[in-house]
Amino acid sequence: MGILEVKNVNKRFGGLQALGDVNLSVEENSVHAIIGPNGAGKSTLLNCLIGKLIPDTGSVMFDGQSVLGRKPYEINQMGISRVFQTPEIFSDLTVLENMMIPIFATRDGAFRMHAIEKTENEKDIIAQAEEMLENLNLAEQRHTKAASMSRGNKRRLEIGMCLAQNPRLLLLDEPTAGMARADTNNTIDLLKQISDERDITIAIIEHDMHVVFSLAERITVLAQGTPLVEDTPDKIKGHPKVREAYLGESA
Amino acid sequence: MLGLNKKDTALFLIVIALTVFAPFLLNPFPTNSAMAQFNAGYPDLMQRFAIFGIFAIGFNILFGLTGYLSFGHAAFLGVGSYAAVWMFKLLTYNVIPAIVVAVILAGLFSLLIGYISLRRSGIYFSILTLAFAQMSFALAYSVLSNPKFNLTNGETGLQVYADDPQILHGPGLPNLPHVFGWSMRGNNQMSFGAWDFNFNTGYYVCAVCLILGFYLAIRIFRSPFGMMLRAVKSNNTRMTYTGLNARPYALAAFVISGMYAGLAGGLMAAVDPLAGAERMQWTASGEVVLMTILGGAGTLIGPILGAGFIKYFENIFSKINEAVLHSWFSFLPDGLEDVIVALIYPFVGKGWHLTLGMLFMLVVIFLPGGLVEGGQRIGRFTFRRRDAKSADAEREAANQRNPAE
Repeated sequence: MGILEVKNVNKRFGGLQALGDVNLSVEENSVHAIIGPNGAGKSTLLNCLIGKLIPDTGSVMFDGQSVLGRKPYEINQMGISRVFQTPEIFSDLTVLENMMIPIFATRDGAFRMHAIEKTENEKDIIAQAEEMLENLNLAEQRHTKAASMSRGNKRRLEIGMCLAQNPRLLLLDEPTAGMARADTNNTIDLLKQISDERDITIAIIEHDMHVVFSLAERITVLAQGTPLVEDTPDKIKGHPKVREAYLGESA
Repeated sequence: MLGLNKKDTALFLIVIALTVFAPFLLNPFPTNSAMAQFNAGYPDLMQRFAIFGIFAIGFNILFGLTGYLSFGHAAFLGVGSYAAVWMFKLLTYNVIPAIVVAVILAGLFSLLIGYISLRRSGIYFSILTLAFAQMSFALAYSVLSNPKFNLTNGETGLQVYADDPQILHGPGLPNLPHVFGWSMRGNNQMSFGAWDFNFNTGYYVCAVCLILGFYLAIRIFRSPFGMMLRAVKSNNTRMTYTGLNARPYALAAFVISGMYAGLAGGLMAAVDPLAGAERMQWTASGEVVLMTILGGAGTLIGPILGAGFIKYFENIFSKINEAVLHSWFSFLPDGLEDVIVALIYPFVGKGWHLTLGMLFMLVVIFLPGGLVEGGQRIGRFTFRRRDAKSADAEREAANQRNPAE
């Protein structure tokens, strides 16, 4: 029984069957990659997991509880964080403030007026946020606006903001899309470090095979809305069906 | 000081000084000089500066900080006014209970409208608030003013009559709004050479409210709660996927700004115990949007500047009529005088809206940050002039970077 269990999920958009009978099981504390050609339904699947889309049929269970019918912010409170394809950060706020908000959210729950008074609690939160930024090598930029950072740093910050909540499952949607090689490698190292140091499950959607094969412990190949195969990276590399459908000769 | 950092304390002290010394600052010209018509230091106008300053500060908390553009804030102003006049009618002419009840009722009313309107965001939210405000206007103007149930007194406007209960009104108290016996109309005129300065009780009541309102706004801007409001404005998606529900934050901001509007409405009734439905009309809602954008949305002092600017135009420029223009240009030959007056006339007097509209366009196009950005640019410019050498070096470096320019 994995931490995330997707059973018989179907999703249609008009005449298009985006997802057909998807079954997926993600083991706790593993790194699980979902790959597939464009239009395979990877993003649709991810959106079904976080409450942005509701599947037509099937069930999505996280840690024994159904996520269907819950609002996105409630799903986050269950312990699922998401990193988006284009970094979603608070661009108008400083880097430090960006880091403080998830810490506030995790400590105080969904809504608090956070008193007009500056509290001891807040000093504590600033200290914790600065420590997180130190770990991400972003401490020097803490008083700059998040919008003015490089793409790679925005991505680091977004991942850091997700981690600040101590999620049990981290979902990443093409975390290295549009990145320079150096930034990609930095991101891979960061994710490796995270999965080594923490009790965290990572599910990753990725186009870049270099990223997939350096991180994933298990890989699910999706094609035309249905899972083709699920196996370890070594087996996937040699799998004839996968070669045919996706990897081509380059693998 | 008072939990503010250095910069905010300085800003706060500036606002205190401006409001306290407004009777001097707004009357720079001697009473009998030709320029005296540009003096703004008379009680009515000073009160309006302070009241609309409060209105705009509150609006800025919703629009500038949280990013929700409401087109219906005049409704809360109107509710505040009606509530205050009802307090005068039922209880007493003392303005304190009137203002308190105005703020509370406006808060409750904005809770209701905000709860419904905030189900949508962006333009749909704006349209919903506009619809609610126009509904309130229609209610106040006709529906709630029938012989069986006369809450608003329709077209005439709600006012205090001699046969109203006023259960706490005693003998010896003025028969007009007052603060513990001091009439709101009380005015001390101080003559100093050729200058006259007016010190008006009503104005200073408004000024105290403005100062308190401004202080609260600074605290909200700098608090973690204010940070959350900025986060709502900045990225709703990330807010949601951080496990935060943005709606309660937006609703809190909406109610707070509604209460500011109620305070402004209550003060309007306190300086002149009359409440009419036209106060709720959409033009009044639009005016506060203009004030906030003109001054600088999202800045602390911008809305106050914007409110002062627009009210000054409305009251001073609109008074320049054809006769005044002719007297200014009487030194010119007759034909030329007529031409010049004909050219300028459309922009003053009743045409002051035209001038304001053009200024608004110029500000939005060239100073997107409003008057505050203009001030900052002037500040930077003078700073550079003083430090000419480094400025030259900077320009040189810029030229090297962009040789095409």
